[in-house]
Amino acid sequence: MNQQAVLRVEGICKKLDGKSILDDCSLTVNRGELKVLIGPSGAGKSTFLQSINCLIPPDAGEIYLEGQRLDRADTAALCAFRAQVGMIFQDFNLFDHLTAEENVAIALRKVRGMNASDAKDRAQNELARVGLARRALLYPAQLSGGQKQRVAIARALAMDPKVILLDEPTSALDPELVGEVLAVIRDLASGGMTMVMATHQMDFARALATEILFMERGRIIEQGAPETLLAEGSNTRTRDFCLRLLEMGA
Amino acid sequence: MHSLYVVYNALPSMLAGSLVTMGNVALSLTMGLLLGVPMAVAQVYGNTLVRKLVTLYVWFFRGVPILVLLFLCYGLFISMGIAMPPFFICCLVLGCTSTAYQSQIFRGAIESIPRGQFNAARALGMHDNMAIRSIILPQAMRLSIPGWANEFSILLKDSAICFVLGTQDIMARTSFAAARTHEHLALYAAAGVLYFILTLAVLKLLRRLEQKVHVPGYSSGIGMEGMGMG
Repeated sequence: MNQQAVLRVEGICKKLDGKSILDDCSLTVNRGELKVLIGPSGAGKSTFLQSINCLIPPDAGEIYLEGQRLDRADTAALCAFRAQVGMIFQDFNLFDHLTAEENVAIALRKVRGMNASDAKDRAQNELARVGLARRALLYPAQLSGGQKQRVAIARALAMDPKVILLDEPTSALDPELVGEVLAVIRDLASGGMTMVMATHQMDFARALATEILFMERGRIIEQGAPETLLAEGSNTRTRDFCLRLLEMGA
Repeated sequence: MHSLYVVYNALPSMLAGSLVTMGNVALSLTMGLLLGVPMAVAQVYGNTLVRKLVTLYVWFFRGVPILVLLFLCYGLFISMGIAMPPFFICCLVLGCTSTAYQSQIFRGAIESIPRGQFNAARALGMHDNMAIRSIILPQAMRLSIPGWANEFSILLKDSAICFVLGTQDIMARTSFAAARTHEHLALYAAAGVLYFILTLAVLKLLRRLEQKVHVPGYSSGIGMEGMGMG
């Protein structure tokens, strides 16, 4: 096994109402890599990401974090696993009754057992890291979509995750707000953060992804370096999909 | 003039009765709160058996009139040879009924919190109970205040029925004074005013609590003003 593998997922399957949503999906992410999941809507990208941290419990498959197999039946082990695997959602999912600072600090206090003052300091540092130090005392309803997503990223970062799963982090944003969130993710990637991201931002994927995984009908049907999959004349399903996205954007 | 004199004379007794009424309502509401919240959580997050049991409980207490329950409970204690004070029986019956109604207020509020927030809390490593306690309930309780205020006013008025068991509440003392003086109209009008003042005072307090815990920018307050709660 590759010693550098932070996250290894093998043979994840999921059926809903007898219909296969995920079929034998596997993934290995090494330290500092950014793996990008692309594919049409309904391909299973979100389900796959949420199966990795068992928010949607998979029917079959194994998950390893730094070589350690996750025992999904052990609730304490599952919580400890999730605390080390950051998750960014499409629709932010900030806690509406808490300020930006409290959103970041709450898991530090409740999960990490940090005292309130240390958690607050750490939260302020993480919010500064995503450029929101001055918004710390605002509530989610007082923030823009881009700011909300940056708070969600700060919240995940505060837990010192070994890997972050990003589920289409920009797809619920107005076009002019996408850039600020992608800039933060770009900074994380250049800082060596290990990430798996589902996105339709092809320029971003082409520039930063270590590897692209193309999903369709619950299966990973192509995977490879962006320069290989997207090369002119490569005739891949990935390239075909990207060209269609470009046509729609044009 | 004679009517006013009668009301003036009966007022100390009716005010003492209002303490009994408020004690009865406070205990019943507290019981409903302490049992209603866990029941609501069980109904939303529990397994099928727990959900069915809660639903059965709610159906029963929603479906049977309080007057019937009072006599039923009274008769039950008598048949067991236990001389239970009427005040206790009233608190028990009103508390059990309020538990059923309150559980549905809290259930609605819990279900209105986006499921994504529960998932986000779990994704941060919180176990389900912690996520419910720290993330879901603080929001659900805020949203429940208007419904809870409604439940208070209904319960306060329902408590008037307890005089049939002989509790010394507003209604019982008013009936006693009316039987003695035959000034029914004036005395029951005074009792109505007393109930109205108690309801208004507590609703104002709850409205203040609602404003105090209001989250800036959160839409719940707007909705309530639209419903005439402002």
